Amino acid sequence: MIFARPVNDFLRHVPAWPLYILGALPVIWVFWQGVTGGLGVDPVKGIEHRLGLWGLWWLIAGLCVTPLARVTGVRLIRYRRAIGLLAFFYILVHLLVWLVLDVQIPSQIWADILKRPYITIGMAGFLLMVPLAVTSNNWSVRKLGPVRWRSLHRLTYVAVTLGAIHFVMLVKGWQTEPVVYLLVVVMLLVFRQVRSLPGLRRA
Amino acid sequence: MAGRWKNDLNWSDVTPKAAWLNRRQLMAGAGALALGGIAGPALAKLNAAPSQYSTAEKPDSWEVVTTYNNYYEFGTGKEDPARNAHTLTTEGWQVEIDGLVDKPGTYTMDDILKGTSLEERIYRFRCVEAWSMVVPWVGFELSDLLNRVGVQSGAKYVAFETALRPDEMPGVNSRVLDWPYVEGLRLDEAMNPLTILATGVYDEPMPNQNGAPIRLIVPWKYGFKSIKSIVRITLTDTQPATSWNKANASEYGFYSNVNPEVSHPRWSQASERVIGGGLFAKRKPTLMLNGYGPQVADLYSGMDLKKNF
Repeated sequence: MIFARPVNDFLRHVPAWPLYILGALPVIWVFWQGVTGGLGVDPVKGIEHRLGLWGLWWLIAGLCVTPLARVTGVRLIRYRRAIGLLAFFYILVHLLVWLVLDVQIPSQIWADILKRPYITIGMAGFLLMVPLAVTSNNWSVRKLGPVRWRSLHRLTYVAVTLGAIHFVMLVKGWQTEPVVYLLVVVMLLVFRQVRSLPGLRRA
Repeated sequence: MAGRWKNDLNWSDVTPKAAWLNRRQLMAGAGALALGGIAGPALAKLNAAPSQYSTAEKPDSWEVVTTYNNYYEFGTGKEDPARNAHTLTTEGWQVEIDGLVDKPGTYTMDDILKGTSLEERIYRFRCVEAWSMVVPWVGFELSDLLNRVGVQSGAKYVAFETALRPDEMPGVNSRVLDWPYVEGLRLDEAMNPLTILATGVYDEPMPNQNGAPIRLIVPWKYGFKSIKSIVRITLTDTQPATSWNKANASEYGFYSNVNPEVSHPRWSQASERVIGGGLFAKRKPTLMLNGYGPQVADLYSGMDLKKNF
């Protein structure tokens, strides 16, 4: 597309490292709101849900990088590592808030993980993200080689899907918001599957 | 009920909201000068009498009670009802009472409150989502009303229905539940003295987000049984359909008594998070029948509460 080149030229001068700092600021903001009453009278759930939602946003943002390049030509690939690591960071803090501030009781935590499908699914999604976070550095890419590294990182697709299903399952009834997120995730994944169709190749 | 203080005021004697809000502003101004602040509940209006059924536990603040609500007709978020429910018109409210009753008909709020005396009932409130609060409801026993309209001998259940007003309720455009919201009780549960129809909280008329102008409170059951903004009460001989049961029968039973031993399929009911306790509030063990066993356990003698959840 017409704007792709100037945007890409401009982005060449924008390094990825500030994204780590800017991306982490909302965590502080969410906790600050929780402590000062900005999240209402149930700050624990407020913080927990917002961090989970931020995690999902980062994951979806990561999934958008390739389709965006393919459709518009705008290349954000050099920011994708930061996006992925931020997603992991938010989900990790989300999990810690659940463990420490919400459930609190260690025996119940384990029971919840085993017995509650939406927690089992959420936890599985988190565990799949661990090897991805650990290998999100140049040394690992070299060590694994690009082919193995890339196939390992396809686990992202599973992790995002599990995260979106986790959201759909944890609310009472069929609520619109989590279902919309799940549809978005499914659409982004389907887009990747049909990439080989000639009509969708970048013009 | 005998010996209870009788109210000689009518619903129409309640100070109009605009007037008391205005008065409160004046007083708040004066109070701010004199004291540097004034507490909302200090300005009592309904003059509800204290009740032996109230818990000695400290009620949650007005803010907690009126900003953390599940009222899906106004949105599924906890803060949505407080934000959206101002659109609900409660003036001229009418309740249809029908089915197996001697005096069926359309009752105005004045009719309903005629001859009843309002009591303050400070009850524990336990949501099926495993959180709880303590609320100072104002209301009267449901049995008062049922006795007045005359329950016929064949009646075994009481069915309730919430108002359905798409123009005033943004949440009903979403099919999260099959509207209108309906609930039900067995007749003996309905006649228990703990079961009240509440018209206020903190001695103030019921805020819209809490189910104005009249709602059910059944303190030993999960909160969703305590249906809000009632427009119909039907006495029937068959177990009525209930909204959450219709939505998901394996998760929400007809009885839905608070029971720490019966897990919700997706979360434990053994403990509850106390709302209003801040970031580091400790979880509290959930009590059988929400601690109201001494008053209501007899209703379920011989019943398997694991099966009849």
